[in-house]
Amino acid sequence: MVKEDETFPCDLIFLSSNRGDGTCHVTTASLDGESSHKTHYAVQDTKGFHTEEDIGGLHATIECEQPQPDLYKFVGRINVYSDLNDPVVRPLGSENLLLRGATLKNTEKIFGVAIYTGMETKMALNYQSKSQKRSAVEKSMNAFLIVYLCILISKALINTVLKYVWQSEPFRDEPWYNQKTESERQRNLFLRAFTDFLAFMVLFNYIIPVSMYVTVEMQKFLGSYFITWDEDMFDEETGEGPLVNTSDLNEELGQVEYIFTDKTGTLTENNMEFKECCIEGHVYVPHVICNGQVLPESSGIDMIDSSPSVNGREREELFFRALCLCHTVQVKDNDSVDGPRKSPDGGASCVYISSSPDEVALVEGVQRLGFTYLRLKDNYMELLNRENHVERFELLEILSFDSVRRRMSVIVKSATGEIYLFCKGADSSIFPRVIEGKVDQIRARVERNAVEGLRTLCVAYKRLIQEEYEGICKLLQAAKVALQDREKKLAEAYEQIEKDLILLGATAVEDRLQEKAADTIEALQKAGIKVWVLTGDKMETAAATCYACKLFRRNTQLLELTTKRIEEQSLHDVLFELSKTVLRHSGSLTRDNFSGLSADMQDYGLIIDGAALSLIMKPREDGSSSNYRELFLEICRSCSAVLCCRMAPLQKAQIVKLIKFSKEHPITLAVGDGANDVSMILEAHVGIGVIGKEGRQAARNSDYAIPKFKHLKKMLLVHGHFYYIRISELVQYFFYKNVCFIFPQFLYQFFCGFSQQTLYDTAYLTLYNISFTSLPILLYSLMEQHIGIDVLKRDPTLYRDVAKNALLRWRVFIYWTLLGLFDALVFFFGAYFMFENTTVTSNGQIFGNWTFGTLVFTVMVFTVTLKLALDTHYWTWINHFVIWGSLLFYVVFSLLWGGVIWPFLNYQRMYYVFIQMLSSGPAWLAIVLLVTISLLPDVLKKVLCRQLWPTATERVQNGCAQPRDRDSEFTPLASLQSPGYQSTCPSAAWYSSRSQQVTLAAWKGKVSVEPPPALSGSRHHCSSSPSHSCPGSRVQLLV
Amino acid sequence: MTWSATARGAHQPDNTAFTQQRLPAWQPLLSASIALPLFFCAGLAFIGLGLGLYYSSNGIKELEYDYTGDSGTGNCSVCAAAGQGRAPPPPCSCAWYFSLPELFQGPVYLYYELTNFYQNNRRYSVSRDDAQLSGLPSALRHPVNECAPYQLSAAGLPIAPCGAIANSLFNDSFSLWHQRLPGGLYVEVPLDRSGIAWWTDYHVKFRNPPLVNGSLALAFQGTAPPPNWRRPVYELSPDPNNTGFINQDFVVWMRTAALPTFRKLYARIRQGNYSAGLPRGAYRVNITYNYPVRAFGGHKLLIFSSISWMGGKNPFLGIAYLVVGSLCILTGFVMLIVYIRYQDQDDDYEE
Repeated sequence: MVKEDETFPCDLIFLSSNRGDGTCHVTTASLDGESSHKTHYAVQDTKGFHTEEDIGGLHATIECEQPQPDLYKFVGRINVYSDLNDPVVRPLGSENLLLRGATLKNTEKIFGVAIYTGMETKMALNYQSKSQKRSAVEKSMNAFLIVYLCILISKALINTVLKYVWQSEPFRDEPWYNQKTESERQRNLFLRAFTDFLAFMVLFNYIIPVSMYVTVEMQKFLGSYFITWDEDMFDEETGEGPLVNTSDLNEELGQVEYIFTDKTGTLTENNMEFKECCIEGHVYVPHVICNGQVLPESSGIDMIDSSPSVNGREREELFFRALCLCHTVQVKDNDSVDGPRKSPDGGASCVYISSSPDEVALVEGVQRLGFTYLRLKDNYMELLNRENHVERFELLEILSFDSVRRRMSVIVKSATGEIYLFCKGADSSIFPRVIEGKVDQIRARVERNAVEGLRTLCVAYKRLIQEEYEGICKLLQAAKVALQDREKKLAEAYEQIEKDLILLGATAVEDRLQEKAADTIEALQKAGIKVWVLTGDKMETAAATCYACKLFRRNTQLLELTTKRIEEQSLHDVLFELSKTVLRHSGSLTRDNFSGLSADMQDYGLIIDGAALSLIMKPREDGSSSNYRELFLEICRSCSAVLCCRMAPLQKAQIVKLIKFSKEHPITLAVGDGANDVSMILEAHVGIGVIGKEGRQAARNSDYAIPKFKHLKKMLLVHGHFYYIRISELVQYFFYKNVCFIFPQFLYQFFCGFSQQTLYDTAYLTLYNISFTSLPILLYSLMEQHIGIDVLKRDPTLYRDVAKNALLRWRVFIYWTLLGLFDALVFFFGAYFMFENTTVTSNGQIFGNWTFGTLVFTVMVFTVTLKLALDTHYWTWINHFVIWGSLLFYVVFSLLWGGVIWPFLNYQRMYYVFIQMLSSGPAWLAIVLLVTISLLPDVLKKVLCRQLWPTATERVQNGCAQPRDRDSEFTPLASLQSPGYQSTCPSAAWYSSRSQQVTLAAWKGKVSVEPPPALSGSRHHCSSSPSHSCPGSRVQLLV
Repeated sequence: MTWSATARGAHQPDNTAFTQQRLPAWQPLLSASIALPLFFCAGLAFIGLGLGLYYSSNGIKELEYDYTGDSGTGNCSVCAAAGQGRAPPPPCSCAWYFSLPELFQGPVYLYYELTNFYQNNRRYSVSRDDAQLSGLPSALRHPVNECAPYQLSAAGLPIAPCGAIANSLFNDSFSLWHQRLPGGLYVEVPLDRSGIAWWTDYHVKFRNPPLVNGSLALAFQGTAPPPNWRRPVYELSPDPNNTGFINQDFVVWMRTAALPTFRKLYARIRQGNYSAGLPRGAYRVNITYNYPVRAFGGHKLLIFSSISWMGGKNPFLGIAYLVVGSLCILTGFVMLIVYIRYQDQDDDYEE
């Protein structure tokens, strides 16, 4: 027994409810993301049982299929044994099955019998275990670490071997002044060698930057607050800001190559709105203003075309009745329930709830047009017509919606005894079945609407005579009880019934695109990210949305890989044909990434549906499946946009997985709002949940949650970019500074008889990573902004500069390591030559080994900190404070450490060492000299690279730093440059476009004020300057 | 508007420059136009400094003599041969004669240098007890274990000062004689043996244990001298301010050197007629040859050196400054060329 608002603990067969008609409503928001209420039906023979005793007296057996993950499929049979009689066999379908995870609504209590439990429930089968996600940065970090581990071991090995080679002469092993104890002498040679090896390991272990992991964690944890704090990503409407569920993946946001996005609720608002209907070619538009609020005085309709004839009026009313009747919407009277939407009609406090938001939108739309659906009572549907009369229709049969037929029908009997069949469905599934009506006009309208991204439905009807209806009844009954292939038989029956229809009209419902969705997608594509739309929606709607959000452009050539095509040809042929098309083209393309975006180049969009995908993914006996996959991937890679429709949740994850494990191992990001996106969100490298209408399931399972799709832009282009450069610098810097730290120690072994003598004092060894050099890099990794936030947002192409882990490639890593080695050599040998055979004080006294180490250490701390200062582009007061502060801290600490005899130390080797060193002029000079030498190559490299081979980022930086006062030369319309402008032009022109962009803001206002001179000016400018005559910009200018 | 105002509730993040990452910041850029003048300036400054350092180092005189006693290198070879294979070597004296054609500009410092001697060996350099050396009576009786095998004497007495460093105290001694006129008498040149150790070492870090009945010898009662020492520590010098742990030679020796070849200050010459330097004439250094170095392939040298503000003779710093300075200028020119060419291209693009 389950009570209202409880979730089902396991998969149940619905036996009875306290509702008389044996129905209950559930919401499966946590399963498939649909928050609407669905009606489930109790088994016919048991729906009368209302008490526990009744249920206890039931004697029945249930046969059912093996557990399978499909949420919407279930086939079973119940044998009810009543006394003496033969068992009654009843079919069980998914309408009798209550799924674990779903919640009971609007029904006080139900009785059910468990059939699948635990891991066998459909929910569990659909559940994907959350795996540990690690970012690409972390992976390269670990790779670097292994290199350093090898270096560490080889250093220790080299030193151990050299030690024993060097010691082979006895006077070196044990000179008279340094005798061993008896026990030391007797120790086994191998044991000694081994302890020596370990001692070297201990000595050099600082090369493994343990503190890096701590710092990285801190950086990630603290850094993620900047995302939560970001006001740009705060949604005022919902009062929600972004959520960060894991801080491990901040930098991964800067590495995304593929975005998989859900459509409904993510790209769109999931807020259906009835836009218009078209009856017999006449277009009706309900008065709608601001977010679906109807103007109070206007309950009429606006006719665009000429007023209809009397016949037309009849048809019109029939159409509205059809819309009122042909649905599965329930009415909830009290408004206290969290129904998805309240009726916009202020007076009636009734709420429509349905499994499909479209239906609600339609019923509401019709309500505005004068026909109000009141309720379904005792199988009679009641509606209020324009004259405020209640009309009653007996509901005879519902031919429910399914995704293959893509239509649904109802058979109703009017008060006058006429039997109608109303059918509503996608245009492609209605038109072939129509025998009458103004097909062409309506088709034209429907197509126009579809292109605008509206969801269209066609409505048709048929008048039935009694005999026909009885035939239909039989047909349906036969199909319904079949245990085997019930679905197929039902489908056949429906097929037979829904034909010879008369077309009434079409409706258009808008699922509005989220604010700035198109802008965001465009920016992301410019940033070199491939955007895939994965949706459970049907192809036409999805494609329309893709057009609307500029995923597909007008010149995109669409390639279809759909069930329909595969039925016509074999999968093999289709795939090869497509790949031929794509590859032939790509042969003529240059290989660079930019080509995909250029305006004059052909780009491809691929549409694939779930069924075709499962064919491709299905493993085959002959093992050729991998070929298909490869081929499919090859096609996908050549397409600028891919749309996958009719996807089951697991298929979404499958697609993500397919891309994730393809050759290049790209970084994937999945964004979705519903529970059906959870598996994809979990599968992708980065999962982003949109805090949407369909519950918070996605947001909870995601790594990051954002209120709106548009926030993805800032998330990736700004935060992702920042975090990536920050953490990559952090990682490289840590390795660098530890090389600087430990390599002098290694060198020192050659001068101290490989005796594991440390160069630095213990306090320095301990504090180097903890306090002398830790804070500047931590703050750098929190504050650094190599380019301003606004520039990053304005210019998505900068994202490409860090793509594919650019700052953590092996080349960069080797550069940093070599720099570290060079610096270490400078420190050590600088100090070595300083100290060689001489005194450096004016009183002739001699420094010892600790002064030597302290000199090396001081130079090192300064060099390493100043190196970071050189890399810092964004000096806030915090950076100043931390960088100069930690240098000061080093000095103060050293003064203090050496200035006092510390009672707790049994050696006083640092006593006055630092102060003595500072009293020597040459030591100061040496510090200045060595720091300069150490930094010189890096400065040189920076300056030369910036001059000779500047990256896009550096160009922008230059542009920002030296605003050229050429504003007058640049025409404002440069802002209208298409992306193609930037990509097809040589890089130099691209550079100039950068500097123009800087001046844009000032110009925008002017454009609107006086466009004609601006336009002509720009044309002139464009033709006169060779660098501006890019095809892309011209096209855009003249549009 | 009111609605949105109320919506700025608890969830609304604070809008501060910090949380929005919009703190005012200085955004410097390391571009060629900044780096070029920097390079030239640094180059010039370094060259100037380098020249100064180089000449100042060149002005320093050094006179050194290897008295290890390899056969045929002077009369110390006799001592070396005598000490061969005997431990401890018998006392032996030898001398080094040299003459100065002109005044050796003072102040002159006398150093000894050892080569191939690993004072920085880890086992060696930890073999000391700083607590004992700071005069702590308890540490005097109980030297730390690091001192082993020079922790306890064969008789079981604690060694003071314990450890390998103290045990291997350099025990050659020198005296300098000056013959003003050819054939004349040799006059001893006074060597100032004080002030050769760090002031802090001598005054703070090294302390004798508290005197017992006014006697240092009693304070050290119950301890044994290091095995290689001929005299106990309290007899290192008759001067009470220079004996025991605060003997300057001992303190100097205890500051372990960084490298296997090292110098240590022996004495300063700054008294009487010799405060301005060593006048010209013939000199003799009497060497008491005790310290065996040939066993580990080392050498002993004796060095007279003058000192400037930057210490002893070391051309490294000057040369390094000169080299770096010229490198700066050179790269500055290279960058200038690159910069000019780049600017041209840049202009081409923009026109």
